[in-house]
Amino acid sequence: MYLSTIDRPGAKGRGRGVAVVGGNVLALGTVSLVTDVSAEMVTAVLPLYLVLGLHLSPVAYGVVDGVYTGATALLRIVGGFVADRVRARKALAGFGYALSAVAKLGLLAAGRSLAGIGFVVAVDRMGKGLRTAPRDALITLSTPPSALGRAFGVHRTMDAVGAFLGPLVALAVLAGSGQSYDAVFVTSFCVAVLGVAVLVLFVREHGQPSPSVARPAVRDAAALLRSGDVRRLVLAAALLGVATIGDGFVYLMLQRRTEIGLLWFPLLAVGTSLGYLLLAAPLGVLADRIGRRPVLLAGYAALAVTYLLLVAPVGGWALLVAALGAYGLYYAATDGVLMALAGPVLPDALRATGLALVQTGQALAYVASSVLFGLAWSAWGPTAAVLAAAVVAVVAGGTTAGLLFYKGRTA
Amino acid sequence: MNGWSVRARVLAVLGVAMVLAGVATFYIRGAAARVAEPVAVAAKPVTLDAGPVLLTVTDRHIATVSTSDPAGPRTVSAVECVRAYAAGGTGVCLQPATPWTYKMVVLDRRLAPVRSVDIPGLPNRARVSASGRLVAWTTFVGGDSYNSGGFSTRTGILDTVSGTLVASLEEFDAPVRAADRNFWGVTFAADDNTLYATMSTGGHRYLVKGDLAARTLKTVAENVECPSLSPDGTRIAFKQAISGDPTKGWRLSVLDLSTLAVTPLAETASVDDQPAWLDSATVGYTLRQADGRPDVWSVPASGGGEPRLLVPGAESPAALGVATGTNG
Repeated sequence: MYLSTIDRPGAKGRGRGVAVVGGNVLALGTVSLVTDVSAEMVTAVLPLYLVLGLHLSPVAYGVVDGVYTGATALLRIVGGFVADRVRARKALAGFGYALSAVAKLGLLAAGRSLAGIGFVVAVDRMGKGLRTAPRDALITLSTPPSALGRAFGVHRTMDAVGAFLGPLVALAVLAGSGQSYDAVFVTSFCVAVLGVAVLVLFVREHGQPSPSVARPAVRDAAALLRSGDVRRLVLAAALLGVATIGDGFVYLMLQRRTEIGLLWFPLLAVGTSLGYLLLAAPLGVLADRIGRRPVLLAGYAALAVTYLLLVAPVGGWALLVAALGAYGLYYAATDGVLMALAGPVLPDALRATGLALVQTGQALAYVASSVLFGLAWSAWGPTAAVLAAAVVAVVAGGTTAGLLFYKGRTA
Repeated sequence: MNGWSVRARVLAVLGVAMVLAGVATFYIRGAAARVAEPVAVAAKPVTLDAGPVLLTVTDRHIATVSTSDPAGPRTVSAVECVRAYAAGGTGVCLQPATPWTYKMVVLDRRLAPVRSVDIPGLPNRARVSASGRLVAWTTFVGGDSYNSGGFSTRTGILDTVSGTLVASLEEFDAPVRAADRNFWGVTFAADDNTLYATMSTGGHRYLVKGDLAARTLKTVAENVECPSLSPDGTRIAFKQAISGDPTKGWRLSVLDLSTLAVTPLAETASVDDQPAWLDSATVGYTLRQADGRPDVWSVPASGGGEPRLLVPGAESPAALGVATGTNG
C-alpha cells in the first residue's frame, strides 16, 4: 500500500462519529470485536475437543500450552520494533491477525497429533503477540493525547463484547452442526477472516514519516530505556504485573469462600468480564478528565480491596458480587489506562516498540508473581498468601504513585 | 485500499461477510448431515447382576458382552454414558446433562437412575467399590488455572448408603496444601473406607492412600496415576508416566503394595486410562486407534504374556463377576 493514500484522521474533517472516538479506533475496535468472537469460540471448545473429541490427556496439553508463554512475550517486542522499523503498523497487525486466522484451520489439519496441536496453538499465540503492540500504537497515533483514555476504553469494551459473544456463537454452531468441533473451527476461521477484511478495508496506517527522519534502528529502541520517563513507565507496568496473582487464584479463593457449586465456576470469569466491559469506557473517559494516574492508582486500590475481600469475614452472594465488581474495576482502571498513559511518553517513531516493552514488562512480572504466589500458598496457606498479596498491591501502588508523580510529570 | 470510497469499502466488507457466512453455513450443514445414526437398542435388557459378563461403553451406550466370547454379540442398553463402571450391582454413568455440562448418575442393577449429581467439567474417570456402596468420579475442569493454560481436575465421592457426598477430594487433609493440588482416579478397598487416588502437585504425581471416615490422605509412592486396586487388595494396576514425563506417554504397570516393587506389563503402547481388574491375574484397559476409535484390551498382571484385543469398538471395561478377597 502506498503511503500517499493515507490521510491523518480529522485532516479532512471526515466522519461524524469523530466526536466520540476516531474512525480508526472504531475500526480497530471492530477488528478486535470480530477477532475475539473467533478466538473465544475456539477457547470455549478447545478443552472439550481435546479431552472428549481427541481423548488427549489434559496434563499433556497443559505442558504444550505453557512452553510458549515466555516466547510470545519476547515476540511482542520484536513485532513492535519491526512495525516501527518498516513503519507498517497496520501491515504487521494484519499479519498477526491473519496468522491467528490460519491457525484455526491448522486445528483441522493437526488432527490427533499432539505436536501438531501444540504447533498450531503456538502459531495462534505468535499472531496475538505480533499484533498487540502495533495495534495499540495505531490507537495512540490516531487519537489526540487528551482523548487517549476514552479511545482505549472504547476499544477494550468492544474487545470484551467480542469475548462475550464468542462462546455463545460456538454453542450455536455446536448445536446446529450436531456437536461438530470441526464446524466450530471452520466458522471461527471465517469470522477471523472477516476481522482481517475489516482491518484491510477500514484501518488506516498512521503517520506520514518525513523522508528526513531515519528509520529507527535497534540502538534507538534500546535508547528508549535510557529515557527516565519510559523507564518509570516500564517499571510501573512491571509493578502492576507483580501485584497481580492471576485470575485462576482469585477464582479459586472465591469458589472456596462462597462454596458456590463447582458447576458455576466458569461464571466467575464471566462476572469479571462483565464488570470490565461495563466500566472500561466510563473509566477511560474519567481518566481523560481527571488524569490517568489517579485512575490507575484507583485500580491498585480496587485490586487490594479484591484481595482483602477474598479473606474478609463475609460470604455468599455479597462477597461474590463485591469481589468480582472490584476485580472488574481493577482491570478497567489499569489495562487500557496504562496504554493511554504510555502513548504520549513514547516518540511516534518508536510507539509500537515502546508499548511492547511496557506490555512485556507487565506480562513477565505477572508470570513471576503468579509462580511466587503459588509458592506462598504452599508455604503459608491461602489466607496468609492472599494477605501478603494485598500488602504487595498496596506497596506496588504506592511505589507506582511515586514513579508516576515524579517531578510532577504530566502524562 | 483505503483509497476506495467509504461506500466501496462497506460494499466490499459486506461481500466478504456474505461469502464467509455462506462457507460457514455450508460446512455446518454438512457436519450436521454427517452425524451418525443412533445406536440400535437391544431387546434384551442389560443388568448389572454378577456373572461372567464384561460391561463396556459401546458407541456411548452401556453394553455387556459375555467374558467367554468378548468379541461376540453385545447387549446394548439405551443408557448413554461418556464413561461408566459397575460393581456389586451398582453402576455409575457420567452422561451429558446439557450440551455444555455433565452429570454423574448412580444406576441400580436394572440401570434405572437412583441418584444424580451435577459435575463440573468434562468426564474423565468413574469407579464403584466392589460392594457397590461407594462411587467416585473425576472430571477435568478448565478455568481454574486457565492463565497458565493448564487443566485441573475434580474428584468426587458418593456413599450411596449414607448419602454422604464429597464434592472434591481437595476438602481432605493431605500432606501438601499447595493451590495446584489436583486429584484423580479413585479406587476403593474392600472395607468401603480405604481409597487410593492420584495426587498431582508441583509437576509431580503421587499415589495417595485415603481414609474416607477420617477425611485424610497420605502419600504412598511417586509417579503413579489412575490406580486400580486388585481384587485381593495387595496390588495396584496403574499408568506410569515414561521417565516421569507424561508427555512421553504412559506404561501400564503393577505396584506391589507390600514391597512397592513396580512391574511393567506387556502392553508397550501408551495407555491413558484407569485400568480395571478383570480377574485376580488380568488387567483390562482402553486403547485408542489413530482415528480415536476405542478398543478394550487385556494383559496379564504378572508382567508376562501378551496384550489381547478383548472388545473391539468399546471402552470403560468393568468385569461384573470379579470375586474380591473379603466378600467372595
